[in-house]
Parts: sequence; C-alpha cells; structure tokens
Amino acid sequence: MSDFPKIKRMGERAVLVEFEPEISPETLEKVLKLKKFLQEKLIKQKVEVTSAYNSLIINYLLRIEDVYNEVCGLLEEFSGANIDEIIESELFHVPVCYDDVFGLDLGEISKAKNLSEKEIIRLHSSVDYLVYFTGFLPGFLYLGGLPQKLHFSRRSHPRKKVRKGAVGIGEKQTGIYPQTSPGGWNIIGNSPVKLFDPGADKPCKISAGDRLRFYQVDLEEHQRILELVKRGEFSIKSEKL
Amino acid sequence: MMTQVEIIQPGLYSSIQDLGRYGYREFGVPTSGAMDRQAAKLANLLLKNEPEAALLEITLQGPKMAFFGAAKIAITGARLSPELDGVELENNQVVNVLPGQVLGFGKRKSGYRAYLAIKGGFQTGKVLGSRSWYAGVTPNSRLEKGMKLPFLETEPESVFRFSSVKVDEHIASVVVEALPGPEFELLQPSEKEALQKWRFSAAKESNRMGIQFQEKLENKLEAVLTGPVLPGTVQLTPSGTLIALMRDGQTTGGYPRILQLTETGINTLVQKLPGEKIGIKLVEYSQLKK
Repeated sequence: MSDFPKIKRMGERAVLVEFEPEISPETLEKVLKLKKFLQEKLIKQKVEVTSAYNSLIINYLLRIEDVYNEVCGLLEEFSGANIDEIIESELFHVPVCYDDVFGLDLGEISKAKNLSEKEIIRLHSSVDYLVYFTGFLPGFLYLGGLPQKLHFSRRSHPRKKVRKGAVGIGEKQTGIYPQTSPGGWNIIGNSPVKLFDPGADKPCKISAGDRLRFYQVDLEEHQRILELVKRGEFSIKSEKL
Repeated sequence: MMTQVEIIQPGLYSSIQDLGRYGYREFGVPTSGAMDRQAAKLANLLLKNEPEAALLEITLQGPKMAFFGAAKIAITGARLSPELDGVELENNQVVNVLPGQVLGFGKRKSGYRAYLAIKGGFQTGKVLGSRSWYAGVTPNSRLEKGMKLPFLETEPESVFRFSSVKVDEHIASVVVEALPGPEFELLQPSEKEALQKWRFSAAKESNRMGIQFQEKLENKLEAVLTGPVLPGTVQLTPSGTLIALMRDGQTTGGYPRILQLTETGINTLVQKLPGEKIGIKLVEYSQLKK
C-alpha cells in the first residue's frame, strides 16, 4: 500500500490531502480528479477546495462536527469509485510581445545562456505548457513544461514593480503577472490578455489542467489586442483537448 | 433612502470589509474580510445587522467623516477614542448619528483594529459575492479623502448599551492559540520548544496580507513543494522568519507550514501593535471543542 494520499488536519475547519510530492501530469490528474469529486459531493457555498501541484485543502466555511472524519469518509468513497472519466481541458493560445520594450531581461538571459534572443523566443513559444494551479495573485498561473535550456535563476534583487501582463522566467517556471506587482522573475515579454476578470462569473477562463501555448506578436498587434481587451472584444483562442 | 458618509480625513489605513469572499481561492483570490472577525461580528450583532453586512475596518489611527443622513452606528474592537461632534463615544454600544454630525477618532487606548458598523451595512459594491476591498479585485483598496460611502438612512430610536468586559477578552489576551501545521513534525524538539517558550512580536512590515514576527527561529527545514495555505497559516522561511498569513494573504505558498492559528488566535494577533509581545499557545487537535 502506498503512503499516499496523506490526510492532515489544518486548523479547526480544514483538512489537507497530499499525494506524492512531485510535479507531474500524473499527480496533477489525481489531484484534479479528487477535487472534482469533492466539489460535486460537497455544497460549494459551504466548502472551498483549493489545489496545488500535489495537494489540496478542503476548507469548511462553517465549523461542522468532525471535518476530519467527514473528509476521510469521502476519500474512502473516492478510492472505491474508480473514476476513469477524463478531466475536460482546453488548449489556450496566448499572444506575447517579446519586443525589447517589454523583454527587459532577454539580453541578460541571451548572454548568460549563449542563446540568441530569437532562439529564446522560439523555445519559449514552442511548447504546450500544463497549468498546474492558480496562486500567488488572482489569475497567476503556475505553468509546467518550460524547456530546460530556458531554466534561469530568479533575479537577486526583485523588482519593486513588474507591469501587468509581464511574462517571466524564474528557475524552472514561466508565467504571466496578471496585475502590476513586485516580482523576482526575469521578464522576457508582455501579454495583452486579461487573465483575471473580477466582473465575470468565472473570473479565470484558464485553470488547472488546461494547456497554454504562447505565440509571438509584434508591438502593433500587442497594442491592437490591448485595445480589444479594454473594450471586452477579445477572447483568447482555444480548442478542446 | 440611500445617503452617504463623506471622508474628511482618511486616517492611517481603513477599508470596507465583510466576512470575506468565498469560492474563489482556487483562482488565486484571497478570502479577505475583517481581520478580527469576532469584533466585526459583534458590531453587526449590536445593530441587528446580517452577520455579513459590510463595515469599516480602522487601523490604529481613525478617519474623520461627516454623515449626510441619519444613521445608527456601533464601534467595536480596538479602543481608538471615537468622538461624535467632539463628544467621546464608548465602544460596544449603539449610537444615533444625526445628519451633519462628524465622527472622528483620537488616541489609541487598546487594540490595533476597530470596526465601525452602520445599521443596514455600507452599501458599497459587491464583487465576486463580497464587499471586502482588495486591490486587483475591487476598484478601491483603502479609504481616501473625499470618498463617499453609501448607506441606508435610518430613523433615530432608543439605544442600548452592551456590557463590554467579556467581549474584548481576545483583544486583551497576550496568548495566540495555534494548532500544529502540516509541516510541524519536521521541526526539531528544540525548535518546537522555542515556539512555545519564546515571546514574539509583529514586525513593522506586517499588514492585512501577513504578520511577520521580529524574532527569528533558526532552522534547517527545506522548502516544500508549493501547496495551498489558509488565513492563519504560519510559514517558516529558511532565514528563520515566521510569517502568519492573514485575511488578504496569498492562496499558495512554498515555505513549511508549521502552525495553523485558530480563529481566536487570528483575532487576537491582529489586535497587537508592532513590537507588542505575545506568546504562542500550542493546542492539540484532540483538545478542540467539538
């Protein structure tokens, strides 16, 4: 028998469930299947389920008699349920402008890695990234799959202000800053799309389990899309997987 | 009829809060809501408001505001010497306010965060099911001069006082209750002991996102794979800094989560001034009241 999933209490009203501590599509699938199962079983207004790479928190908004035993019971039911259904996901095509105006650290990465800027851009926009979860800021996607050649350590002095839409690389990860914020990643471009819309019923169109591919646009196209986004007339191209 | 209160001076840091925004943490949206939920609930209870009615959270130095219409208000939490047209008010009681009257605050006497509730609740906009202000989600994030907060005008009526000794117990407490967090067992026995023996105090950098402690706990814990966190999760960084995530705290984190504050623990901690000493009282899960 595997030691996983592990179930740990976390405060008065929450339980943490952990699968094997690894970043992999297989582990993510386990997490997302359990998340879906729990969200269907539990009333959404009363329980919040939040997931990351290999774990999820089941947080009861009202204190119930025995959170721990209820979750253990649900997990037993889940393991016996033999869920084969595939989690529905989409591939999103996200435009990025890698122009020098935005790509503040392209030159530095190019020098340190001995890769031309063109090659960095080609590599960065050549793969389908897997969305593991959303965290850090509203709409900030944790993406897996950055080509190894582009792995690059964080800046030793984080910037106080990284502009909204900035596309960065930090260690093995790449991502888009959904709003202006401090940040330590190396900035290589900017995406004009809106990743978080508090006015929408579902504020993030892209979520855990989806895939994302970047495509290069020039400054003019970046500006054009930005205008469309402002008018609410741009939607990110996507296809069902 | 809808009327307004106009902000003449914003004070140090105030914001509209309710009991929080639920169901959006999976999109990276913090829960937000009143830092001291107990004090906030009491303020609404005094006015017979719904528990989730929006109120004003006031930090240390209160704002000054003019009422355009009649209102009933209640102030709870920190004692910040509130006064109406220069006459000092007491916390934990219902007060009638007449059109044109000015509410201000003075010297702090106890606590750090006060709550100003108004009959019917402030009618500022709801975003994603909550009126709690949070930058990036709501248009406003803090009170500013000239802002007008809408509320429903009420008829003045007889008011009552609330015995206020018991309700402020958590504010006077110097003990913050905590349960073991998911990574608590990774600590050395000496580190566990230090947590319970030491006296901690909030650093100046603390805010609604997190309260950092000044005292450092040296440790050899390794980073964990980024996982979900909650308000009240206490993370320990490799440099020894303890960070208690608060109501506006991020939804995931990669530092070991060594403690999880109880709800009462959070409510006590948020009432402490930077530098004020507190102790951590470790509670076992088996000791939790059913």
